[in-house]
Amino acid sequence: MIYSYYPGCTLKTKAKDLDMYARKSAEALGVTLEEIPEWQCCGGVYPQAKDEIATKLSSVRTLASAKSAGQDLVTVCSACHHVVKRVNDDMKNDEYIRTRVNNYLGLEEPYAGETNVIHYLELLRDVIGFDQLKKKVKNPFKGKKIAAYYGCLLLRPSGVMAMDNPENPTIMEDFIRAIGATPVVYPFRNECCGGYITMEDKNLAIKKSNQVLASAEGKGADLVITACPLCMYNLSKNGTKHSLPIYYFTELLAEALGVK
Amino acid sequence: MSTVKEKNMIDEILRMSGSDPKRCMKCGKCSATCPAFAEMEYHPHQFASMIDQGKIQPLLTSEAIYKCLSCFACMERCPRDVKPAKLIEAVRLCVIREQSRNHMTPDDIPCLLDEDLPQQAIVSVFRKYSK
Amino acid sequence: MQKIGVFVCWCGSNIAATVDVKAVAEAAKQQPNVVYATDYQYMCSESGQTLIIDAIKEYGLTGVVICSCSPRMHETTFRKAVQKAGLNPYMLEIANIREQCSWIHKDIKEGTEKAIILMTAAVAKVQLNKPLIAGESAVTKRCLVIGGGIAGIQTALDVADAGFEVDIVEKKPTIGGKMAQLDKTFPTLDCAACILTPKMVDAAAHDKITLYTYSEVEAVKGFVGNFTVTIRKKARYVKENLCTGCGICTEKCPMKKQPNEFNMGLDKRGAIYIPFAQAVPKVPVIDPDACIKLKTGKCGICSKFCQVQAIDYTQKDELIEKKYGAIVVATGFNLIKLDKFGELSYGLCPDVVTSLEYERLMNAAGPTKGHLLRPSDGKEPKTIVFVQCVGSRGNSCKEKSYCSKVCCMYTAKHAMLTKDHYPDTDIYVFYIDVRTPGKNFDEFYRRAVEQYGVNYIKGQVGKVYEENGKVMVQGSDLLSNEQVLIPADMVVLATAIEPDESARKLGTMLTASMDTNDFFTEAHAKLRPVESPTAGIFLSGMAQGPKDIPETVSQAGAAAAKVIGLLAKDKLLGNPCVAHSDEMLCNGCSTCANVCPYGAIEYQNKEFRIPGGVETRRIAVVNEAVCQGCGACTVTCPSGAMDLKGFTNRQIMAEVDAICK
Repeated sequence: MIYSYYPGCTLKTKAKDLDMYARKSAEALGVTLEEIPEWQCCGGVYPQAKDEIATKLSSVRTLASAKSAGQDLVTVCSACHHVVKRVNDDMKNDEYIRTRVNNYLGLEEPYAGETNVIHYLELLRDVIGFDQLKKKVKNPFKGKKIAAYYGCLLLRPSGVMAMDNPENPTIMEDFIRAIGATPVVYPFRNECCGGYITMEDKNLAIKKSNQVLASAEGKGADLVITACPLCMYNLSKNGTKHSLPIYYFTELLAEALGVK
Repeated sequence: MSTVKEKNMIDEILRMSGSDPKRCMKCGKCSATCPAFAEMEYHPHQFASMIDQGKIQPLLTSEAIYKCLSCFACMERCPRDVKPAKLIEAVRLCVIREQSRNHMTPDDIPCLLDEDLPQQAIVSVFRKYSK
Repeated sequence: MQKIGVFVCWCGSNIAATVDVKAVAEAAKQQPNVVYATDYQYMCSESGQTLIIDAIKEYGLTGVVICSCSPRMHETTFRKAVQKAGLNPYMLEIANIREQCSWIHKDIKEGTEKAIILMTAAVAKVQLNKPLIAGESAVTKRCLVIGGGIAGIQTALDVADAGFEVDIVEKKPTIGGKMAQLDKTFPTLDCAACILTPKMVDAAAHDKITLYTYSEVEAVKGFVGNFTVTIRKKARYVKENLCTGCGICTEKCPMKKQPNEFNMGLDKRGAIYIPFAQAVPKVPVIDPDACIKLKTGKCGICSKFCQVQAIDYTQKDELIEKKYGAIVVATGFNLIKLDKFGELSYGLCPDVVTSLEYERLMNAAGPTKGHLLRPSDGKEPKTIVFVQCVGSRGNSCKEKSYCSKVCCMYTAKHAMLTKDHYPDTDIYVFYIDVRTPGKNFDEFYRRAVEQYGVNYIKGQVGKVYEENGKVMVQGSDLLSNEQVLIPADMVVLATAIEPDESARKLGTMLTASMDTNDFFTEAHAKLRPVESPTAGIFLSGMAQGPKDIPETVSQAGAAAAKVIGLLAKDKLLGNPCVAHSDEMLCNGCSTCANVCPYGAIEYQNKEFRIPGGVETRRIAVVNEAVCQGCGACTVTCPSGAMDLKGFTNRQIMAEVDAICK
């Protein structure tokens, strides 16, 4: 099983753990992740306006690169996943954007959304299977109560992201069960932590982060997992009233598989 | 009554956002679900309604356009597919695309940095707040 | 040689504003064999019809073309008119220059040009028309009502009272439908059971009504006046003729773990059960998926306790075939599933319930004996939030596009009844609009606001979640421009209504048209609201669209009147525009019979004289009473033997030629 892999900038710097443990775990699970050559930053936030063409180009280069390798594209950072997946949807379904992007890029073969973009969690669920993962767990997190933090980017808009039920998701809870822990379902797991606003309005980011953590703590969580470096920063730094530890899900995965 | 410039701007907003505020049934579910509601002087449902009525001026000068968290909860839960988040972003773009109207500039960044801040926070700030 | 008259209608300004009617009439005069052409403001009016009749007589017309609205609107009117003047009614053609022309064009030049083309095609066709005579068929004087809720019961009673036999087929073990589950009914607050159960008993006791409960329609054949219907009577495992309805079997059944459908799953029932105390017939039924005896062969307790030996574990489904003259669809509704509305926590938080579940929680015969207790901990709720329009009036894939119509009123009812029993309850209603058009309806809603102090908040709810034993409701208060967070004890969702899931399958069996929401469509939204476009099929209740009880009962009576009008006839005039096979061309290949949706084509071996003797050939023969004139056989026939009277291949080609000229 070989996949094209798009780590994204933050995974090369502040979120090295998210990347390293994702790769180690994939190897242990028999999946080869081939990093896309010369990838560029996705921009961190999806440009919503129809006439934003230049800001979508780097994502299209990544997508076209996976297409020419003939591989599905795996991402792990929630923000990158969101941006790349939505740009891919634009290339598939929005003729206005598709035409202009292709005119600009002048690729040998125009790109029209052919690449299948999957998040690392979907790789675990749909390719490996949580049942199979469970069998490969060497160090189960017995008795740990883990709260999954989805945030906004993985699930919404559900028509495009199509990962899970946007209001009552189960993919991360199933992952938590697979590594031997007990999932904690709490109401704010799919509400925004305010990550994008942290530089513009720190107080708002603090308020939203605390709300999420209070909700998880209220339901008895021992720790919180996330797939997003921005959420990781925001919940750890701005979740001022709470001391719940936050981990990348890949770190727990690597530990469970005995490759940490 | 809106001026010619305002009318052009509204056309631009509708085109950029791909949203049709006429679809709105004024249920307010977007504002019921908005996590930045308290920080916004105009709320998501007001963007839909005011743009529809041509009252664009107050929105252009409102701080609310910088408070949207881009969490897409309003888009997900809107029963009429109005896409308030796209309307808010389009209004913001109308402002920051004007000459010297960038909301955030490189000079603003250093004092906001800390050692843990991931660069995606900085990149996205530039994408959202400056052109 | 035909003598053709062309009559161009203005339809007030409906046609005349976008089509130059005088130009159309002038153009008609240039067509071959047209001896008279004129225009008039309202051709369907009495003076318009007189104009046609007089012209037929004066000019000795043999064929008539009327350029007007759709033939679905006034073809019958004009056929009668030409018949009055002594013409065969099928010597008339209609060019639809309204729906297919003036209404869809804005430019008068374009509209006129198209109207002339449509007129030309109709003239070309009528040149080839031949007089047709409709055959007659007998009417089976029995009516089938599908669905035994208030709509079906009322229609059945009204038809039966007129002296006709009626069968009710109901898929549940009892008649009564959704109304039997309601507590009180707006706007007068009579108890639903008190006004419904006597009607259920009347239906069962009526000597003209036969009930087939726990039964479903399996197949429908035939046509208006002559339907043949197969009914599957599912095995009850209880002999209806012996059972006394004492209920001891239901008490003794050890398998009491099944969700009780009648109480919306809020409590449990046994494997053998009577849905509710006033069920009709009051005969239990065994749920084969739950019964230990049926699954493992062991148990048999119900049979041991039955004093009249009514239990029969060997019972099998029974197929019954019966003939009917008319069929009434009264299949009712359900609430939509809420699995796509996770933000409202239905299914995640037990204290978030649907309005129908709330009915059962309020009802004296419900799971809590009418004591309002919330499902999670059995405590009395002190704060209740009602959310309107859940799944209605949307345009995303989750919602229905229509207003479910009854929610505003039943929510006002729920609020007032709750306040009557528990005056210190705080009640909030999140609404988008309050829609109360109906006699004494708005007054009813105002009472909830003004006398009962129910808090109506204009806005929708964005998120509902459980926190510390409370159900937190985050919603918009649009009039105060605030986002509010209400710690409630219970939340009631006014869930959208949708047609029963059996409707789609039934619609196909009946060839009755449905809209995109699977509601049955009426033959005319205003003028024929209780008839399906398919002759002999009538509509009653929610199967046609959301409506409340007063409206349902009125419509049920109207459907009954239409049924009575049909069954009172001894014979029906058939449709002469039916298929006909030319036996000299037919090679008996069976292609036509394979595509015929009505089973109207049979085969005969017929002797033909040929030079030097006789040969026997297999040929197709159309049963004209069964054929509906759909034309599928004519387009599929490889030898060109099959043709449709009134729409012959030559006629159609003449129209096409005229249009393409």
